[in-house]
Amino acid sequence: MSKEPAIELRGISKAFGPVQANKDISISVMPGTIHGIIGENGAGKSTLMSILYGFYKADAGEIFIAGKKTEIPDSQAAIGAGIGMVFQHFKLVQNFTVLENIILGAEDGALLRPSLAKARETLTDLAREYELNVDPDALIEEVGVGMQQRVEILKALYRQADILILDEPTGVLTPAEADQLFRILDRLRNEGKTIILITHKLREIMDITDTVSVMRRGEMTATVKTSETNPEELAELMVGRKVLLRVDKLPAQPGDKVLQVEDLRFIDSAGVERLKGINLDVRAGEILGIAGVAGNGQSELLEILGGYATATGRIRMNGRDLDLTGTESDGQSRRAAGIAHVPEDRQSEGLIMNFSAWENTVFGYHLDPAWQRGLFMDNAAIKAEAAEKMQRFDVRPANPKLAAKNFSGGNQQKIVLAREIERNPELLLVGQPTRGVDIGAIEFIHKQIVALRDAGKAILLVSVELEEILSLADRVVVMFDGQIMGERLAAETNEKELGLMMAGVSGDAA
Amino acid sequence: MDAVQLIQVADSTLRLSTPLLLACLAGLFSERAGIFDIGLEGKMLAAAFFSAGIAALTGSVWVGLLAGIGASLVLSAVHGLASITFRGNQLISGVAINFLAAGLTVLIAQDWFKQGGRTPSLEGSERFGEIDLPFAEALSGVPFVGPIYSEILSGHTLLVYVGLAMVPLTWWVLFRTRFGLRLRAVGEAPEAVDTAGVSVVGLRFAAVAICGVLCGLAGAYLATGQQAGFVKDMTAGRGFIALAALIFAKWRPWYALGACLLFGLLQAVAIQFQNIDVGGFIIPVQFMDALPYILTVVILAGFVGKAIPPRAGGAPYVKER
Repeated sequence: MSKEPAIELRGISKAFGPVQANKDISISVMPGTIHGIIGENGAGKSTLMSILYGFYKADAGEIFIAGKKTEIPDSQAAIGAGIGMVFQHFKLVQNFTVLENIILGAEDGALLRPSLAKARETLTDLAREYELNVDPDALIEEVGVGMQQRVEILKALYRQADILILDEPTGVLTPAEADQLFRILDRLRNEGKTIILITHKLREIMDITDTVSVMRRGEMTATVKTSETNPEELAELMVGRKVLLRVDKLPAQPGDKVLQVEDLRFIDSAGVERLKGINLDVRAGEILGIAGVAGNGQSELLEILGGYATATGRIRMNGRDLDLTGTESDGQSRRAAGIAHVPEDRQSEGLIMNFSAWENTVFGYHLDPAWQRGLFMDNAAIKAEAAEKMQRFDVRPANPKLAAKNFSGGNQQKIVLAREIERNPELLLVGQPTRGVDIGAIEFIHKQIVALRDAGKAILLVSVELEEILSLADRVVVMFDGQIMGERLAAETNEKELGLMMAGVSGDAA
Repeated sequence: MDAVQLIQVADSTLRLSTPLLLACLAGLFSERAGIFDIGLEGKMLAAAFFSAGIAALTGSVWVGLLAGIGASLVLSAVHGLASITFRGNQLISGVAINFLAAGLTVLIAQDWFKQGGRTPSLEGSERFGEIDLPFAEALSGVPFVGPIYSEILSGHTLLVYVGLAMVPLTWWVLFRTRFGLRLRAVGEAPEAVDTAGVSVVGLRFAAVAICGVLCGLAGAYLATGQQAGFVKDMTAGRGFIALAALIFAKWRPWYALGACLLFGLLQAVAIQFQNIDVGGFIIPVQFMDALPYILTVVILAGFVGKAIPPRAGGAPYVKER
């Protein structure tokens, strides 16, 4: 093995307008190792790797590949230098086959037939060598995310990449799929490939990397050997202060059933049955977590409970039936029934991004008589209240006039939470409360949710982050393919058991 | 309807379908690459005028054809510049091109020929002549096959055959070549093309240029093949009907042929049968004339199956952030 680093970045800087995404970053990675880059959202990890892959152009700095200074003005140059990248959002053509996606941009000649034939052969070899099993003739839109990711890795290997960059690769995978991915990465490392793994999950860093760099606010704060560090230290380096990784909470004291769902069924516009008879209930003073890989009906469940999709079945709130199809099945009626909703996608459902923070703090409750003055809205009162809410929820910057889009993900989420929690609802629906939120804000958001529970309210939590479900929820149900696979007490289960249920194994067997 | 009428209708269906087909395939290339083009109409119109105008001035239909294609390409370049380079709104750019062409053609025609915004009538070498296919004469006596070959297929101008030949060619380019694979990819997922190290801008400009050439052929056919000269607004919405046919055809070349033949048939029927008597009730000629346009509306309203346009269509490609 050569002593030359496979990749060396020196003094990389990149600014997007006034935002300095990368500040004078230097890093070097030895061949045949896995190097982790960890940092909060917006710390500049993806920007740095996009520069290495020629997707963005650095303002300053130099790149050395295998000891040779290399200019990477575009992705073509990066591919030429032996770099392959698996983006967080896959760059695949949905209605192409696996094979077509793999050869796109790396065809052997002007005609497709010989290229496809050659790729099919190479693919078979690669699949055998690295356990990267794919069906070459399947359409991308018809295969699961796990296979899509393998296609992305194969794309890089087909182009003979020696350096593989993976950006948040496990975000969409079940625990079992993630384990499989890590086995593949391990194998690639043994074959002498160099791998850069970008993630915000400390556990993954500890599990698989050889060395790790921590980024904070565009700067590289530390590079250490993984064997010589621990999660607490890394978290502190990421956030810049001590953080509590566990949620600190007392055992739940469940009261009466607040929400009762019976045989809830939902068929989407394409005629697919998304919910196949859901039964669950949430009691006062407890957090019910719904675990599951994204797309197994959790979103539809939230939409129906929140009042913006119709369904069949029965939903009772404090014993009273809710209207599921008629005129009372809208968000307004649900709020009147005491249900508050922090939607999964805060940018499209929770906020109006171009409106200011103070306007966003009353949406959905804007018809409340407290905000009216004759024919007009009492904007002065709303603004004053907004400023207070933002103070209480530690929204930074605490400026109610700023448009929602100008806040970071965590602070946007705090605005939504402030609006919903401050109404003191009987039931709070929370979807992906910490998606795209940095560690510091996660801690705060979790505390607020636990505080609401301790005030005797019912909380329904949907999250694809198993760690979050396990640490925040009191009781967990797992959804798979529109059904509930099983129920467990959070204190009496573990990731492995839930992971099996998430993959479709019934709770009785798991 | 007797056999003679049937043959006449079939013959003019082919004639009337050709400009639709060429424009439809033009739109197919552009939209498959993610660039929506409602400026087909304007490009056809400009090509119709310049091909007829230059043919009248030079006496050569070939020079005219080149001029028509050139004019259409210039408008394509404007559309490309606006929607690819400057990432503008593709609809607005298309609308602007349509307005520009409608005004400019008449203005220049009046300035050049002083005939109230039209070109002089084209004669002889100034327009495309009809071509008799080989053995048309000999086969005409053969029952059934003979009339189809000699009366319907034979005796059209060159561009009709070019249009028909473009269908398999387009299919082959799209589905059997590297360029086609990349072109389809850039209309579905430009970021996949970009990260694969292929230029999104280059591919889209290539598609827009092909669109320009085909629109040029369509316009030239109208003014120098089907008709003998340019008159104001002679495209009469054919660019929009071609767009409807494109949606109807679900952006596929062979379906496009079928869709365009259907529209051509409706136009042919409207011409052949001015007043149709249905059991004592006369369907007025205006209704027959309006039929292709009514069908366009019906198709655009989405009554004919579910058509999924290229996913990245209409959106300029911007890297994240």
